[in-house]
Amino acid sequence: MAILVVADHDNSTLAAKTLNTVAAASAIGGEVHLLVAGHQCDSVAQQARSVAGVTKVLLADNPALENQLAENVSLLVTEQGREYSHILASTSTDARNMMPRVAALLDVDQVSDIIRVESEDTFVRPIYAGNAIATVRSNASVKVITVRSTGFDPVAAEGGNATVETIASDHDAGITRFVSAELAQSDRPELSSAQIIVSGGRGMGNGENFALLYEVADKLGAAVGASRAAVDAGYVANDMQVGQTGKIVAPQLYVAVGISGAIQHLAGMKDSKVIVAINKDEEAPIFQVADYGLVADLFVAVPELKSKLPE
Amino acid sequence: MKILVAVKRVIDYNVKVRVKADHSDVDLTNVKMAINPFCEIAVEEAVRLKEKGMADEIVVVSLGDDACQEQLRTALALGADRGILVQTEQPPGSLAAAKLLKAIIDEEQPGLVLLGKQAIDSDNGQTGQMLAALAGLPQGTYASEVTVDAGKVNVTREVDGGLQTVSLDLPAIVTTDLRLNEPRYAALPNIMKAKRKPIAIKTPADLGVTVSSTLTTLKVEPPAQRQAGIKVASVDELIEKLQHEAKVI
Ligand SMILES: Cc1cc2nc3c(=O)[nH]c(=O)nc-3n(C[C@H](O)[C@H](O)[C@H](O)COP(=O)(O)OP(=O)(O)OC[C@H]3O[C@@H](n4cnc5c(N)ncnc54)[C@H](O)[C@@H]3O)c2cc1C
Ligand SMILES: Nc1ncnc2c1ncn2[C@@H]1O[C@H](COP(=O)(O)O)[C@@H](O)[C@H]1O
Repeated sequence: MAILVVADHDNSTLAAKTLNTVAAASAIGGEVHLLVAGHQCDSVAQQARSVAGVTKVLLADNPALENQLAENVSLLVTEQGREYSHILASTSTDARNMMPRVAALLDVDQVSDIIRVESEDTFVRPIYAGNAIATVRSNASVKVITVRSTGFDPVAAEGGNATVETIASDHDAGITRFVSAELAQSDRPELSSAQIIVSGGRGMGNGENFALLYEVADKLGAAVGASRAAVDAGYVANDMQVGQTGKIVAPQLYVAVGISGAIQHLAGMKDSKVIVAINKDEEAPIFQVADYGLVADLFVAVPELKSKLPE
Repeated sequence: MKILVAVKRVIDYNVKVRVKADHSDVDLTNVKMAINPFCEIAVEEAVRLKEKGMADEIVVVSLGDDACQEQLRTALALGADRGILVQTEQPPGSLAAAKLLKAIIDEEQPGLVLLGKQAIDSDNGQTGQMLAALAGLPQGTYASEVTVDAGKVNVTREVDGGLQTVSLDLPAIVTTDLRLNEPRYAALPNIMKAKRKPIAIKTPADLGVTVSSTLTTLKVEPPAQRQAGIKVASVDELIEKLQHEAKVI
């Protein structure tokens, strides 16, 4: 039986995370089909058909699917998914919102947030904010799984040549209405796919001071993240939070500025290749995971870093 | 309106988790336990809705062993009116939890059900959505703002790109995110009063639910430890290391 991957997209572009999810599906083995559910999302299907390893794209285009409302999308995924051995999606908020509904409708347990595939029925996932790693076997008839992108290297976006099959969809549960979305606009790289991330914590003191980090980030081509404390204090928007309950990232370089290193923050970034910490408290727990620690006042060190970094 | 809140007993979020030597599970003996932080936020939200006159009764439910009564008492001290403990030896998996909660919904007929967005032990993040699917109800997950008005609830959700607002017909399921509110501390007189509030004890059989799971945990291991690195003395040394040793810039 084939594996169904639910694509992440915004009706125009296939999200990079989907490539990691397809990689997890390929690790399980078998044919991989990609479901694009949305509205006026034909361009997504065109991108999906060239993803390496995908043999078929299912395109469901319906106004009720436009905003990825879980009540509606889950009906479609459940109907399609019955024919598959596994249904996979990423851990985007859309997928995390929708997939457990699919699992419940299929009456199977879900395996959340896998970081490794051991075999077609055995998966590895972090629990307790990453302080323990569990190996879990599922004997569910259909295995419903969400995939942590940082656990899998993405497959190539090009090279595949899948067929596109349009499927009828009238899946509208009619119990939820989309009201509005306030999405942050930024020209900077996206947190979840950036090679370098510069993050600020409560030590930044206020939102204006984040300008210091943006300047460093622009020089490095980096994304900017934040601790929960910085988000809660209103310095920056919620979508910048890194951690157990924010985004999970694993860039080549993570620079933590004025962040103490609580376990919930570490849970979101400790798989980064190289970690730098800038903190004025030499006892701060972040230094226990940092490859390079600089004990300094950030208001001195960060401007100096900015001026001395090569262009 | 009646509000139902599901509270899970979990390890206190400040405690450092240790894995058992035989790698069968994490070691919870003599570890401080607490209400899951997201569930505490759910209780607080219910209490605020009641204070605003939007709700007249708050029922808290926990699924697990007798020790969960401790967390139910805490919720009662925060302002919930009565508790229900569904006794299971182990905390059930998310699907079984959703089935038990569905049976409680059928009995209690609440107008709004609040859950945490995830339990910080399993980190599953599934139960609310599963419950909504089983009950055929709309869901507002990762809520950072909840307003109830004329048979509807508007939920502002924390999503990857920012915020999204949805409008749900009541009854509905809402799961809480961290910024929904800051839970209060229970005042001593309320802790005393909570001792007299009722807690009903039920079994899955009473609710007609069989607790089972298609998942087996084969082993639980500690994560790979990161070695602490070095301290650099200056910004110049930092840049030098990043360029020539780590080669990441
Ligand atoms: C259920 C739950 C989930 C959570 N999820 C997350 C999550 O996803 N992400 C997350 O980040 N947190 C999360 N938290 C919160 C976490 O426990 C910490 O409270 C938070 O990470 C602290 O943020 P911080 O390091 O910015 O602030 P603090 O702990 O206050 O640290 C500030 C640091 O800045 C340093 N500093 C101050 N001024 C300067 C200066 N001038 N120069 C240099 N250094 C300076 C200080 O020495 C200190 O180390 C969660 C908590 C709970 C209970
Ligand atoms: N054993 C339990 N008792 C009470 N509530 C639970 C239990 N398990 C899960 N829940 C509820 O479901 C939420 C999400 O849990 P989970 O899906 O396991 O991450 C929790 O925050 C609780 O509100």
